[in-house]
Amino acid sequence: MAKRLTFKDHREDIKIFKRRVIIAAIAVIGLTGMLIFRLDFLQINQHHQYRTLSKQNQVTLLPIPPKRGLIYDRNGRLLAENLPIYNLEMIPDRVQHLDETLASLKSIVKITPSEIERFRKALKQHRKFETVPLKVKLTEEEVARFYVNQHNYPGMLINTLLMRHYPQGENTVDALGYVGRINEDELKTINKANYAATHFIGKIGIEKFYEKRLHGTAGYQQVETDASGRIIRVLEKTPPIPGDNLYLTIDINLQQAAKRSLADHRGAVVAIDPKNGDVLALVSHPGYDPNLFVQGIPTKTYQALQFNLVSPLFNSAIRGHYSLGSNIKTFLALQGLNSGTITTHTRIQDPGWFKLPTANHIYHDWKKNGHGRVGIRRAIIISCDTFFYRLASKMGIRRIDSIMNQFGFGQATELDIGEELPGLVPTPEWKRASQGESWYTGDTVLSGIGQGYMLSTPLQLAVGAAGIAMRGQFYHPHLLLQHQSPDQKQHPFTPVPYNPINLPEKYWNTVIDAMQQVVGSPMGTAYRRFGHAPFSAAGKTGTAQLFRYRNLPKSKIPERLRDNTLFIVFAPVQKPKIAVGVVLENNNNAPVIARKVIDAYLVEKKDETDKPPVL
Amino acid sequence: MRPTNPPYSNPYSNSYHRQNRGLFQRLHIDPGLLISLLILAAAGLTVLYSAANEDHTLIIRQIIRLGIAFLVMLGFAQISPNHWQRWSPYIFIIGLTLLIAVGIMGVVGKGAQRWLHIGFLRFQPSEIMKLAIPMMLASYLQDRVLPPKIWHLVVCIAIILPPVLLTAKQPDLGTALMLACSGACVLLLAGMSWKLIVGLTLAVMGSIPVLWTHMHNYQQQRVLTFLSPERDPLGHGYHIIQSKIAIGSGGMFGKGWLNGTQSHLNFLPEHATDFIFAVAGEEFGLMGGIVLLIIYLQVIFRGLYISNQAQDTYGRLLAGSLSLTFFFSIFINIGMVIGVLPVVGLPLPLVSYGGTSMVTTLAGFGLIMSIQTHRKLVPK
Repeated sequence: MAKRLTFKDHREDIKIFKRRVIIAAIAVIGLTGMLIFRLDFLQINQHHQYRTLSKQNQVTLLPIPPKRGLIYDRNGRLLAENLPIYNLEMIPDRVQHLDETLASLKSIVKITPSEIERFRKALKQHRKFETVPLKVKLTEEEVARFYVNQHNYPGMLINTLLMRHYPQGENTVDALGYVGRINEDELKTINKANYAATHFIGKIGIEKFYEKRLHGTAGYQQVETDASGRIIRVLEKTPPIPGDNLYLTIDINLQQAAKRSLADHRGAVVAIDPKNGDVLALVSHPGYDPNLFVQGIPTKTYQALQFNLVSPLFNSAIRGHYSLGSNIKTFLALQGLNSGTITTHTRIQDPGWFKLPTANHIYHDWKKNGHGRVGIRRAIIISCDTFFYRLASKMGIRRIDSIMNQFGFGQATELDIGEELPGLVPTPEWKRASQGESWYTGDTVLSGIGQGYMLSTPLQLAVGAAGIAMRGQFYHPHLLLQHQSPDQKQHPFTPVPYNPINLPEKYWNTVIDAMQQVVGSPMGTAYRRFGHAPFSAAGKTGTAQLFRYRNLPKSKIPERLRDNTLFIVFAPVQKPKIAVGVVLENNNNAPVIARKVIDAYLVEKKDETDKPPVL
Repeated sequence: MRPTNPPYSNPYSNSYHRQNRGLFQRLHIDPGLLISLLILAAAGLTVLYSAANEDHTLIIRQIIRLGIAFLVMLGFAQISPNHWQRWSPYIFIIGLTLLIAVGIMGVVGKGAQRWLHIGFLRFQPSEIMKLAIPMMLASYLQDRVLPPKIWHLVVCIAIILPPVLLTAKQPDLGTALMLACSGACVLLLAGMSWKLIVGLTLAVMGSIPVLWTHMHNYQQQRVLTFLSPERDPLGHGYHIIQSKIAIGSGGMFGKGWLNGTQSHLNFLPEHATDFIFAVAGEEFGLMGGIVLLIIYLQVIFRGLYISNQAQDTYGRLLAGSLSLTFFFSIFINIGMVIGVLPVVGLPLPLVSYGGTSMVTTLAGFGLIMSIQTHRKLVPK
């Protein structure tokens, strides 16, 4: 290696370095230019897009629940209200010593270990800044005690919620139904935006049928939030629109009277104003307290109700299917007269039994030795079976079905609850399809006394009674009287009429006159049980046999197998104001109950009922 | 290893002038550099005040750190480059030893171990290396002929690699990258041939697959996220998306000081540390960003100017590489915040909240001032 090569040439070194520094400086400028170019792209070119994204980041829409509409009876008495309940809640984010806080809270508010367990579970499912309920439904004393000590509990707060409450409890549940927590199936069908802040939804009854009207429209507030979702401030607010208030056709006094009169029995009462189809009372007994279902019913309580022999959860007034029994005779009488099968002068000899010419089977009258010579009026008053066996077999099932359908049997009455069952008016086609058998004349004969396949609900009985009371000019029953929108305007409900049943006036007179005798004449089947009334009334009894027994004393038959009694009645006979259908299971006192209900409406509350509703 | 004679000086004329030196020269302060750095620090504090949600204690802590760092800088400037050059190997060896010590502690302690606790002091040995590597290389090349021969380059790479690998292993990819960068800057300025540069670059590119398999899971995630941030908007892509929203929504003039919603409402993560440039971009817009870049460029060009004025190879290479490394740390940080480079976790020098790197950065400028203010004046 030559020494020259290792000799350092400073001038050369400086030249090399200078060149490199210049290149580096150019690179620095170039790269900085790149950065600025990119900044320009983001901040000028795409500024609009990023500004929108930034806005979306910070602004959130929060729903505000609307106030659910109230429900009143026809006289303006409150049936469903929204009561504030006080929940103790925690914002976990703001509580420093969780266990100590919980321990010391116990001295102020009663907290059970199971509530703490539930709280700890909920704690994991919520975000840190969201409130988690610790204890629901504080008593007023607990609320007061908490507020006095609140400074000791940062992060704890009392949240006031509006919760549905039914002051009449069991009395009104059959018509009103109840609300409950929204479940997953309901989530799929509701408008999610409108229900975003709503916890409760109508489950059955009026609460469900008029859910849309009662619920109202959710409001919104635009809030600025931080990245963790905490609200910084409110930017804009659209207030919610409360739901409509509903006025029902129910008369709470009547409803209570019906409930009271059923006290020791199982059965249903439906009372209708025949003039317009207003349902004045709708009771199924035994019932249950709807308030249990609002906040969520404990499983044990629910099972006790569900597996109860007397089925308190079952709304028998609109879903109970019963054989009509002798009630059918009034309708058959009308059809018999109108179709010319019989006249008002037709008389038969009743030996106490009936036999079809083609068969050997003997159909017994309820009275072993018969009623002697019987015409149409007396046949109704004493409820002669033989007369109607014969009439039914002569008329044939088609004519029977025709009149029953005209009076609203065998189809839903379109009551605005929506859960009712349609009953059954059997046709030969129906029997072929469901039983796989052809229709026998014997089936027609049995229909004559309402013991065949024909089924009716108590509601349909009341509608039928109203149909007779109004001589064929009657209405579909309905529970809504009017609704009041948030602007305080009243919107009356327009009743929907049934197709009028046009029969000659004399036939109506004949049948109604006979029905009046049923309750008014000592011969009448309801005379003893309905009793002397200060108003005119027309009715018809019916008994549906559940168990065939011969000469067995009643006391020896188990209660569950004793006959059901049915009763239809309306009053007063001229200008009817109320038509009632009663079904009493395993008991024969249906007319007694009907009397009590009508008394409550016409005698005790006479002054009020004629007045327009007080709103 | 004696210092060579300054260039342009006549080795036969013995006239070193000590008179006519200004006050700054005597205090060993370069006023141009100092003023630029002070402006930068003030701008940084302004942005940080907003980024830290007007948290006074945090700002005061940052001011104290800045004060200490400036004192360190002035202290370093007092020592002549000759001394620095002589101490360079020792500083490098001490730094490397500490780095190994930390690595061993990391193995024992299981997990990332970057910090060394000495009494109340706490620092990262890798930060020392930011200065020690260029010092060591400049010192090694001081007496060598430029451009360095292949053999010298091999020695240089042997000096650079151990600290880089140890730091990457910690794992601190960002700092490792800066260490490699500081070494590479020395070699570039020393006139390493372009052929070699291209060759080495290709070699590094080729080693990426090997590197990939050795990367920690979170590091791999960061690279993947960089390639497509929208792939994972709530996970790893969140940082980049939010910082792009912050900058993009700033527009030309920004939303105004203290009015950045992205940072004040916590949408932007790490907005006081690594992502602080996004806050500046959001609140001061494109104009603010350009002004900040201009301040940085002023510092860098003053550094490059000083390196050009330096009187020996050591001074030239050290001042030049420190200035360039400073630039690259800015470029990489801003590049990752605006989504053109992967998120490697580097602070924005002198603006981000945090201590150790600030001290080493200003210590580096102390060295540059030392090089500038200890020059021997030469008669015309």
